[in-house]
Amino acid sequence: MSAIHELSVKALQQALQTQQLSARQVTEHFLARARNHGASLAHLASDMAPQSPSPSTPGSKASCGAFLSMNEAHSLKAADESDRRIQAGQARALEGVPIAHKDIFVTQDFPTTAGSKILAGYRSPFNATVVSRLQSAGMVSLGKLNCDEFAMGSANENSAFGVVHNPWDHTRIAGGSSGGSAAAVAMGLTPAATGTDTGGSIRQPAAFCGITGIKPTYGRASRYGMIAYASSLDQAGPMARSAEDCASLLSVLCGPDIERDSTSLDIPSADFTLGLNQDLQGLRIGLPKEFFAKGLSDDVRDSVRAALDALVRLGAQLVDIELPKTELSIPVYYVLAPAEASSNLSRFDGVKFGFRAQGYKDLDEMYLKTRSEGFGAEVQRRIMVGAYVLSHGYYDAYYVQAQKIRRMISDDFQRAFSQCDVIAGPVAPTVAWKLGEKSSDPLSNYLADIFTLPASLAGLPGMSVPCGFGEGHMPVGLQLIGNYLKESQLLNVAHRYQGVSDWHTQLPGSAA
Amino acid sequence: MNTPTTHAQPLGPLVDGFEVVIGFETHTQLTTQSKIFSRASTAFGAEANTQACAVDLALPGTLPVMNKMAVERAIEFGLAVGGEISERSVFARKNYFYPDLPKGYQISQFEIPVVVGGEVSFFLGETKKSVRLVRAHLEEDAGKSLHEDFVNQSGIDLNRAGTPLLEIVTEPDMRSSAEAVAYAKELHKIVTWIGICDGNMQEGSFRCDANVSVRRPGEPLGTRREIKNLNSFKFMQQAIDYEVRWQIEQLLDGHKIIQATVLFNPDTGETKSMRTKEDAAEYRYFPDPDLPPLVVDRHWVEEVRSRMGELPRDKATRFVRDFGLPEYDASALTQNRPSAHYFEEAVSLGAQAKLVSNWMMGELSRRLNAAHLDFAASPLSAQTLAALIVRIMDGTLSNHSAKTLLESLWPLDGSRESDAKAAQTLVDQFVDSLGLKAMNDTSALELIIDQVIAANPDNITQIKAGKDKAFNALVGQVMKASKGKANPQVVNDLLQAKLAAL
Repeated sequence: MSAIHELSVKALQQALQTQQLSARQVTEHFLARARNHGASLAHLASDMAPQSPSPSTPGSKASCGAFLSMNEAHSLKAADESDRRIQAGQARALEGVPIAHKDIFVTQDFPTTAGSKILAGYRSPFNATVVSRLQSAGMVSLGKLNCDEFAMGSANENSAFGVVHNPWDHTRIAGGSSGGSAAAVAMGLTPAATGTDTGGSIRQPAAFCGITGIKPTYGRASRYGMIAYASSLDQAGPMARSAEDCASLLSVLCGPDIERDSTSLDIPSADFTLGLNQDLQGLRIGLPKEFFAKGLSDDVRDSVRAALDALVRLGAQLVDIELPKTELSIPVYYVLAPAEASSNLSRFDGVKFGFRAQGYKDLDEMYLKTRSEGFGAEVQRRIMVGAYVLSHGYYDAYYVQAQKIRRMISDDFQRAFSQCDVIAGPVAPTVAWKLGEKSSDPLSNYLADIFTLPASLAGLPGMSVPCGFGEGHMPVGLQLIGNYLKESQLLNVAHRYQGVSDWHTQLPGSAA
Repeated sequence: MNTPTTHAQPLGPLVDGFEVVIGFETHTQLTTQSKIFSRASTAFGAEANTQACAVDLALPGTLPVMNKMAVERAIEFGLAVGGEISERSVFARKNYFYPDLPKGYQISQFEIPVVVGGEVSFFLGETKKSVRLVRAHLEEDAGKSLHEDFVNQSGIDLNRAGTPLLEIVTEPDMRSSAEAVAYAKELHKIVTWIGICDGNMQEGSFRCDANVSVRRPGEPLGTRREIKNLNSFKFMQQAIDYEVRWQIEQLLDGHKIIQATVLFNPDTGETKSMRTKEDAAEYRYFPDPDLPPLVVDRHWVEEVRSRMGELPRDKATRFVRDFGLPEYDASALTQNRPSAHYFEEAVSLGAQAKLVSNWMMGELSRRLNAAHLDFAASPLSAQTLAALIVRIMDGTLSNHSAKTLLESLWPLDGSRESDAKAAQTLVDQFVDSLGLKAMNDTSALELIIDQVIAANPDNITQIKAGKDKAFNALVGQVMKASKGKANPQVVNDLLQAKLAAL
């Protein structure tokens, strides 16, 4: 048997249910790995973690900075409960399998920071729906994972608690904003993690770290308890090694929550593992020509092409399609998301919870100092952009115009789906870049989101599947985009591909 | 959509040659058990911050979910004022920072409100007035800042945060403070009648903002100032009157009016500017992405309508049509549910509608008002009033005797009798025991008339000289001598006949 941390969710599930492994044993193993390889600067800089884990140096070869907080006593208690249930024959779907959560989900048992100083010390009195659903399925929460502050970023360089290092090369970014989630899974610190995707924040870090991640249709996973960045785009999803693992997590994580989230779709979840082995014979895969145009680096193009060839060998046929507004998705996204963010983040004002600056003369100064000191540079930038595009005299030219183009982008997809069943392309134009390479240039960061933004704006399900290695032996991700509610189709394609490829089973040296 | 508000002829009284123009924005707190976007209770008066849940506190990760009851209240209002219920309306965020606004934005309706148009009609004296409504929209209330209870600090009570409000906005159709108050009273009547608001002005359930401007007749609208939070009808009139005088003085002194928001201080009787338009906030309105558009289909509207019962304006129309009441009476009787119910009850027992109306609006209202009671708590039941009126109608009681009877009945427990038969028995017993039966016996009356004629020779002379007053004085004398039991019409006829024969 492989080491525990090399096991898939499915393998762990089986080993636990057959009592080859105990939940305590599994949990202790991952907690030790998280402690030794997952620590972030947060543990040195603040007292936010209830138990300060790692003595290892953040950023060193040994640690990727993925974990922001742990509560080992709580995790072990949950593991013991799982063992009791398994022994009593009352095991739930994912009993005893560990998971860690992006720190954008509020949790009762761990602090919640959203990667921001402004939430330092914050404890939520309730769990996010996604977190409680996974817990109700028997999963053991290991802790909270680093992310870009309020999920704003594509490199995980915007966290107030330090960068996340790519497990394949610690001098490179892990991607963002769910960088902690991707790195933790890639490095074997947890078999699975939750992520959120607003403009690519599940798919892009999954691609950069060589794991599998899926963002379901907007509205399928509850947003209750997910700290809002851009409400009309934010969507939760699972990140794991394989499509099969994502499918079992997604089955639990989706489903209506209409009593708490008005944007939740009143459509029951499904057992997404059921359709995994469907034949791909005759499946039409659409290739948007805009996704393969200049700007796409050769290494990524080659890996994606090879993956498409493999899919053809499995019976799929390739169809050329067009998504003509692809380039516009960048300005549209960077108008709409900041607009919503500027309002969503108004509640962080120092009045009720979280950080409040010291030494102010009056209310205005309290707001000013609290928000200037509490928010990082990128968050402040987006708040200002958002406030600007919503202000009187600019609203029609920016916000209204962007909404119009957003609808056109959705329409383009519907036209495309009349010609194909699934859309495929790269997740990002390049592999993960070097830490610091683009951090001083927000625009080049934004441009790297070009292939993930369109599906987000249309609210479509999207997925990232490891499909090779590019420059510097860095992972490359194949993006699959489906029509609304076609998650099982995406998972089916990904699973069949993973049946004939082994990119998703390869581990970085740091995961040893 | 709206008729021009510039009229060649002023529609109201001029003040120093100026026409007064008033529009209203009223925040009515809706009677729902829970808040507009959360499940916390809306009950008034709880200990600070005990009725605010995670959503009301805007804790990270919380989201709003629309309370359908609040929407139904809005639909009921729309139907009551003859407005249009939007099939699709949109919630927007109004962004501003204030400690009692937990999310940093208020969820309101901006571009597309749930109710569009409608009208509120009422009587100002004997004149019927109509005020056009622009819209009514749903929104959430903010919390309360408590500045008095803390030294160098402010307290925040979020119990009120998220309480559902319906903001009702008029066209600038009112032309005097009296008209404005009459509008506010009528609106208050409508919302309490249909039960969407408890109408408690002290607790802030019904808060009015008055937009006031003045102009020379025929000129375009003047610059307005908005008087905020008028929470009593008395202050409303005082505040508007002060504001009108202040604006006119400013203009006469050659100053310009600067658009501003002002507060009325009941202690000084003055209005004072809080902020001018220059420092008006940039609210950055945009559709709330957490809430899908509010869809109200016809089916829902009809369902609500079917549950509502007869609306006051329909009732008033029916009173005019079926009972031949003047519009003024019909409007007055439908001021509130108890009064309309009382009227209908009395009329159903055979009492003549106009007589019931006269008695209710006159004698009964005077007594009830003095005792701070409404018709539901009247010491005289509708059945007893009907019994009394029946005896006026059949000539048993003169008007004067009926009033004497009322005086005796008022303090009695028995007058609350709700059984029609028993009430009639009670009334009849009192007519007998008080000896109030009208003197329809002409021989007894003739005797009195003869005595009165004999005792007033001067009057006779004057009557012969054509002076009506002298005749009326004689009628009065006869009525007095009959202890009010005589039928004035009969006295009139007899007296005239006697005089003609002299």
